[in-house]
Parts: sequence; structure tokens; C-alpha cells
Amino acid sequence: MTFESLPEIAQSTIRQALAAGATDAECTISEGEEFSANVRMRELETLKDAGSRGAGLRVLIGKRMGASYTSDLSAEGIRQMVRSAIDLAALTTEDPHAGLPEPSQLGSLQGDLQLFSGETANLPTEQRIDMAMRAEAAALDFDPRISNSEGASFDSSVGGRVFANSRGFLGSYRSSYCSVSAVPVAVQNGGQANSMERDYWFTTARDYRGLEAPEEVGRKAAERALRRLGAVKVETQRVPVVFEPRVARSLLGNIFEAIEGRSIYRKASFLAGKLGEKVAVGNFTLIDDGTIPGLFGTSPFDDEGVPTRRTAVIENGVLRSYLLNTYSANKLGMATTGNASRGITGNAGIGHGNFFLEAGPRAPEDIIRGLKNAFYVTELIGSGVNTVTGDYSRGAVGIWIRDGELAFPVSEVTIASTLQEMLNGIGEIGSDLEFRGSVSAPTILIGEMTVAGR
Amino acid sequence: MSFSDSFFAAKFGISQRDLENHLSEALSRGGDYADLYFEYLATSSIGIDESIVKSATQGVSLGVGVRVIAGERTGYAYSDDLSPEKIKRAAQVAALIAAGPAKVEQTPLEEGHKRNLYPIITAPSDTAFKERVELAQRADRAAREYDPRVFQVQVSYADNLRQVMVATSDGVLNFDRQPLARMSVVVLARDGNGVPQQGHSGGGGRCELDFFRAERTPEYFAREAARQAIVQLDAVEAPAGEQTVVLGPGWPGILLHEAVGHGLEADFNRKGVSAFSGRIGQQVASPLCTVVDDGTIGGRRGSLNVDDEGNETQRNVLIENGILRGYLQDKLSSRITQTTMTGNGRRESYEHIPMPRMTNTFMLAGESDPEEIIRSVPRGLYCANFGGGQVDITSGNFVFSASESYLIEDGKLTRPVRNATLIGNGPDAMTRVSMVGCDLKLDEGIGVCGKEGQSVPVGVGIPTVRIDRMTVGGTA
Repeated sequence: MTFESLPEIAQSTIRQALAAGATDAECTISEGEEFSANVRMRELETLKDAGSRGAGLRVLIGKRMGASYTSDLSAEGIRQMVRSAIDLAALTTEDPHAGLPEPSQLGSLQGDLQLFSGETANLPTEQRIDMAMRAEAAALDFDPRISNSEGASFDSSVGGRVFANSRGFLGSYRSSYCSVSAVPVAVQNGGQANSMERDYWFTTARDYRGLEAPEEVGRKAAERALRRLGAVKVETQRVPVVFEPRVARSLLGNIFEAIEGRSIYRKASFLAGKLGEKVAVGNFTLIDDGTIPGLFGTSPFDDEGVPTRRTAVIENGVLRSYLLNTYSANKLGMATTGNASRGITGNAGIGHGNFFLEAGPRAPEDIIRGLKNAFYVTELIGSGVNTVTGDYSRGAVGIWIRDGELAFPVSEVTIASTLQEMLNGIGEIGSDLEFRGSVSAPTILIGEMTVAGR
Repeated sequence: MSFSDSFFAAKFGISQRDLENHLSEALSRGGDYADLYFEYLATSSIGIDESIVKSATQGVSLGVGVRVIAGERTGYAYSDDLSPEKIKRAAQVAALIAAGPAKVEQTPLEEGHKRNLYPIITAPSDTAFKERVELAQRADRAAREYDPRVFQVQVSYADNLRQVMVATSDGVLNFDRQPLARMSVVVLARDGNGVPQQGHSGGGGRCELDFFRAERTPEYFAREAARQAIVQLDAVEAPAGEQTVVLGPGWPGILLHEAVGHGLEADFNRKGVSAFSGRIGQQVASPLCTVVDDGTIGGRRGSLNVDDEGNETQRNVLIENGILRGYLQDKLSSRITQTTMTGNGRRESYEHIPMPRMTNTFMLAGESDPEEIIRSVPRGLYCANFGGGQVDITSGNFVFSASESYLIEDGKLTRPVRNATLIGNGPDAMTRVSMVGCDLKLDEGIGVCGKEGQSVPVGVGIPTVRIDRMTVGGTA
């Protein structure tokens, strides 16, 4: 069964569902191959190479919905999937807002979105292992205190997606992804408490030629692990907090949860009902854009067959738009923003394209230089963010800023505030925006947060 | 059970001979060990929101994973097609981790385990879907009836039935049928147009559907979720800084999971990257602490007849009276370190390589009266329920978020507190356990543990415990 044969399977599934009594139907088929090579202490540790596929079906009988999926794409497997979805639809409740996008909303972006690289799919295994080896070696060779490692890896995946619905949409695309990452461990005066620290760095691309040099990844990861050695716990106090880009991304993830349509119509968000209001400082502009060629959040259509687009979510501090799929749009009396997202099981949820904070004017070094006593956060752990209330409290690791310099490492502390105060208290946004994944942010300075320690 | 009656033989016509051939293929390039993991997973889920059954999904996924170990190296491949040609091809791909002539011969397969920790005749997934929808609807109604301030209720119910078969090059052949069910209720409540607060409850296990009718009803979970949301309406900001913390019994055992459990997984320790590496026989916790991981408790969410490498699970003492006794082992780590296996090799699915993982992890009961523990604290924080937690196993630092906690003032629980995060260092925090209650309780059966991108169901448990000087991350 080739990728080229999947669209016909999707269309045939739709026909069978309609024949069995569905009034509307959607079928998603996805296939993927994954590869990973892990090396550790300069030896190959794991090789994984495999692929799988699956199909999902959602049917509507009037306003009742049922869904099913299968990894068996044989004629019999598909027949059972159709039967199962139709049976379930009879057991669900009528939902007045259930439905597919209107035919006029369906479509696919034209032109080459640069999502797939055949060369990456065909890269020889030796070359993949070599990239992981070089990344780890660069970390181990960087400093004698990098005396251990959790390893380095080259990962890649090649996937294909087909979507068809009963309103005439049929679309498909392929995509590829690869990354090199390293996780070195820095050790000092072995055996003591807090004598060991790890950190990581990575590079990602659609095409392997777009990856940063593995040596660069290894060195950067080593530097990051080393600078954490000897971390101390500071006194409890309120200070300005700087989020480095990797950490600032998680803050965007929290905002996404608070602006996606489902949390809005359930009123389970601190941003529900705030359209048109000022929710952040004036230099804060947050964009969702699924159309940028070659990036990780890009696709020609969303998972309901609606073309992706660029949406200004927060513009100069004012909340301009939620991110919606058809269902949440129907609930809110709005139109979908092309943000439907789903795997092969269940209903479409809501996802983002390239979700990013627009860069500011100043380099991160200049932002740090202006701070007397502040906390530069390089890692956050735990799940202490409540997007219903906005309450925010997470475990943090980072470097203390003294008189404009990164002075000493800090760990085992928490930072706390509310998302409302954080967004309205942003002092500066850095110029260092980079697209390393589908969520991207530059350095952010937050005016004041509670750092809890000793 | 005779092999020909087993699930995969009956449904897919796989013979014992086929398994041995595939394993020989996997060893053909010189691997030291190989195994096959067959999985057939049928899942169902129901989602209720705004009193509407908004989602109802059923599906099936199946496949086989082939693993080859050569020295410290692992080769892995899988197929979602169980035809002999496709399995053979996966075996050939996995075999490539070794380079050379075959050196290990396949040991004839012999069927292993006989016990059954979850002797369930009718799995929830084999009951009428309608009955499960009705249970979920009962939870929705009960949560709404609990208090007029409840304004949003979300109920999810999910069950699955996993059939597995493991065959290994050293002759192990095991089958297991693993049912699992879980109900979960999330409630939002508010005063007038005030800020909504959330409550969450749920549970289940490797049980029959009757568990939700007799032992833990939808009303039980619904009222608990609603109660928590209502309590939060009056909550004050959490204190910031070092505090005496008292953990309530049950789910707060997630502390052990994060502070201790992950750091004792053998892969991290073999590599020397855990804060607990090389510390067996040393004092790593207060003498009041005895921590076990037990995969053999009947019907529990974290229990398994055999782990995902075909070995019987067991009860493993990790820390005994504060002394570190052992790590959680899987096949690879026990081979490399020449240690006995502990039945902790687990994986998310046939697409995943097994790793050492926890099952049900808990602290044994101590002698203190729980009331007396609270009375002993002049000023501190009592944590009754938690959300998630996370640990950095290398530094040993862990955090977890309290979803229901109260100030302790003069030995009494006073005001509810919101937004409290606890942070500590594993080997250090456990030495500050100063009182352990007599009231050990296991959680309701809702835990999901994530490690290196793989999720597996687990259980936790703890008695009431007092920990001196933990950092609480609040704003007040």
C-alpha cells in the first residue's frame, strides 16, 4: 500500500459511511516512519527504525456524532471502523453545534510549503549515527568536568497525511523532520549533593541540510550544563525575572491554552470574554501563522480541511482573536480560524500553527546589563500553571543577575505570580526570536515575580 | 492455556514455530538477546461536556515490536502488520544493531506465568457502550447537583483491553490480558461572576465495570471534584519560602514517585546520572521511611501479571528504614549490571523500547496518629491533593503542584490555599521526614507516568507524613 493509494481509501471510507446512514463524515489517514540513533559515551546505544499507519473516521447522523479508528487499513478493517462509528453515533447526545465546515470554507494553500525533503528521508544510517556521535563528542571534549552523558541522538520522521470529507474536500501532504540533540552531564567534586547537573541543546529542521553543526549543539549543551554547577538556593524575594527563549516558549504555551476556543466557550480561561481588551503590555504582539514555508507549525490545511492562515492573537497588547476550530466557532458564533487539530482518534481539537511572539528591539545581553538584582531563568519544571485563574507557580533553575552580569547559578526555587500580572508587567522583549519548533519566543523580561527559596 | 488457544494464535494464526523463527532471524547478525512484543489494543472513550455526550470513540491498534540486544546496544523495529513477512522484515532491521555471524541460539519457548491479579471475566470494554455512557452521565448530574455554584462539568470515561504476548530468545513465552478503566471528572465553580475555580477527581483500575457501580460510583468522583472546586473559592494565596509541610494520605504519594522513584530506575543509575547513583546501602531517607514498588496488588492501575518484557512483577523494597536497598530493573540494565530482574520493564506500546518503570509506589505506614501529626505543627502547610509533578533526576530536584492545600496554624487546619508548588531535592527532602502516619492509603487509580516520551499507568500511595523545611512556592 503506497501513500498514493491512501486518498482513494479515505474517499471510499466516506462513501461507505454515507451509505451506512451518516449525513456527514470525515476521514483522516496518517502514516509515518520514525528513525532514531542514540549514542552514549561515544558508543552507539540504540537504533530504532520503523513505520506505521492508521485511519480515523468521524461521522454525524444529524447532530449526533460517533468516531472510530483502526490501524488495519484492509477492506475488512475499514468496514469495521465504519460500522463502529455509525453504532456509536446512535448512543451520543444531539449536539446543536456539531458540524463540518461549510464548503466555502474548505481549501488548501497552493505552492510549495517546503515541508518535505526526500533527501532527509533517504539519508544513510551511518551519516545519521555520525551526526549524533559528533554532537556528543563535542560536548565530552569541551571541558573535563563533562565526564558523563545521557547521550546524543539523531531523530527523524517522515509522515504523510490524507484528509477527506463528505463535503467534497480531499487533500494530502507529506512532511519530514529531523533533529540532533545532546544531553551532557557536568560533574564536580563527585559524590557530594548537588555535584551533578545536566542540560541539553538541540537543532531541528525539515531538511537535514538545515541543521546546525552537531559540534555546535554539543558545545552549547556542555556550556549549559557547566554553568549550572554549584547552584544555590536564594532567599525568598520579589525581583525582575528574565525568561530565556527556551523558557519563554512555555509561557506562550500557557497563553495558547487560555485563548483556544474550547477553554473560551467553557469560560475556563482567564482571557475568556476579553476580546478587544488590553491584556498585555503595548509591545506584546502574539501571532499564529500556519502558512510560513518550511517551518514546523506549517501545513496547507488544518485537520478539518480549512486552509491555514495568519491570525494576530494579541496585537500591541490587545486581545484580537481566539484560535478556533469549527465546533468552538459555532459555540461562540464566530468563524473557524483554521486551527482544527487532531490525531486519528476522536473529534478535532484545536492546535496552533507557528505560534510566536514578535521580537523587540534590544539584544538579550543589553536587557541583562540593565538589571541590578534579578533572576535569569533557564529551565522550568512542574505543572503549576492554572490557565482558568491565571495562577502561576513553577520550579525554576537559572542564573542570578547581579549588577548587569550573570553572577551565579540558582536552583531549587520557584517563581510565582499570575499570568495577568506577568503579561501586564513585561518590561522588555528581546530581539532574539528563532524558530526552533512550532512555538517560538525571544527573551522576555518580567517586571517582578516572587522567587521562593530559603 | 495451550498456545493454540492463546489470543494471537487464535486470531492471527501465529504458531510457536513462527515465533522461534522470528527470534532466530533477529539473532542472525550476532545479537545476544532478542524479544518480540505483540500487542492488540482495543480502546473506548466517552467525553461529556455541558451535559452533552460530545465524543464517543472506539478503535483498535495492533502490532509487534522486535528488539535485539548486542552488548549494551539495542536495535528496535516494529510492524503494524502481523503477517510473517512483515515480522521477519522488522526482525531483520532490528538485527542490524549487531554485525557478525549468529552466536546465540534460540532457546525453545516455554510458557511462563500462571497467576492472575485481575481475573476479570467481562472487561469494561466488552460491556454495552450504552452502560458506560450512562455511568458518565450520572457523574455529570451528581456534580451539578452538588452545589449551585458549579457551572461547568466535564466527565471522561475511558477503558481499554490490551492483549499482549511476549516471546524471548532465552525461552520465555507469556501472554497477558490487561483490562484498564478510568473515570475522570473536572468541575468549575464560581461565586456569581467571580473567578472560576477548578476541582478534579477520578479513579479506576484493572477492574470490571461493576467497580463503578459498587466501589467507586460516578457520584463519589463527581462530589469529590465539586467539593474541591467549592473549597478553592475561598482560598487565599500560598505562602512563599520554607515551611513545615504535612502531606495527606493517598495521591500525595506522588512525592515518592518524583522525589525517589524515578531516581531509582536502573537505567539512570547504571549510567551514573541519577542523584541516587552508587548509593545502595546508604542512608537516603529518614529511618521512618520504607518505600516499596509493588506490581502485584490485585486490580490496581499500576499492577501487571507480567511486565512488558514477559517477567512476573513483584514487590520490591526500594528504601528500608531510610537505607537505599535497590533499583528498579529491566532486562537491559540487569544484563549489563548482572543484577536480578525486578519485573519493572515497561513500555507504552509495541512502538516503544522497554525501560525500567515504576508500578505502584508507596511508603509503608508508620506509627503516628494523623491528627497528632497535624497538631504537632505550629505553622505550616497541609497538602490534601496534588496535580502533577516532575523531577530532574540528575540534580535530584523535584516539584509538584498542590491542587488542594490548607494553612496549618497552631496545630489546626485553617484557610484553604491556592497555587502552592512544592520544590525539594530528592535525597535531601526524604531525610527531613519527621513523622509518618499509621494511615497508608493508595490513590484512586488515575496516575499516568511519563518518561522519555512514553506514558504508562501507575499507582502511588502514602500515609500522612510530616516533612520539615520544604520550599513552598507561593506569592504571599
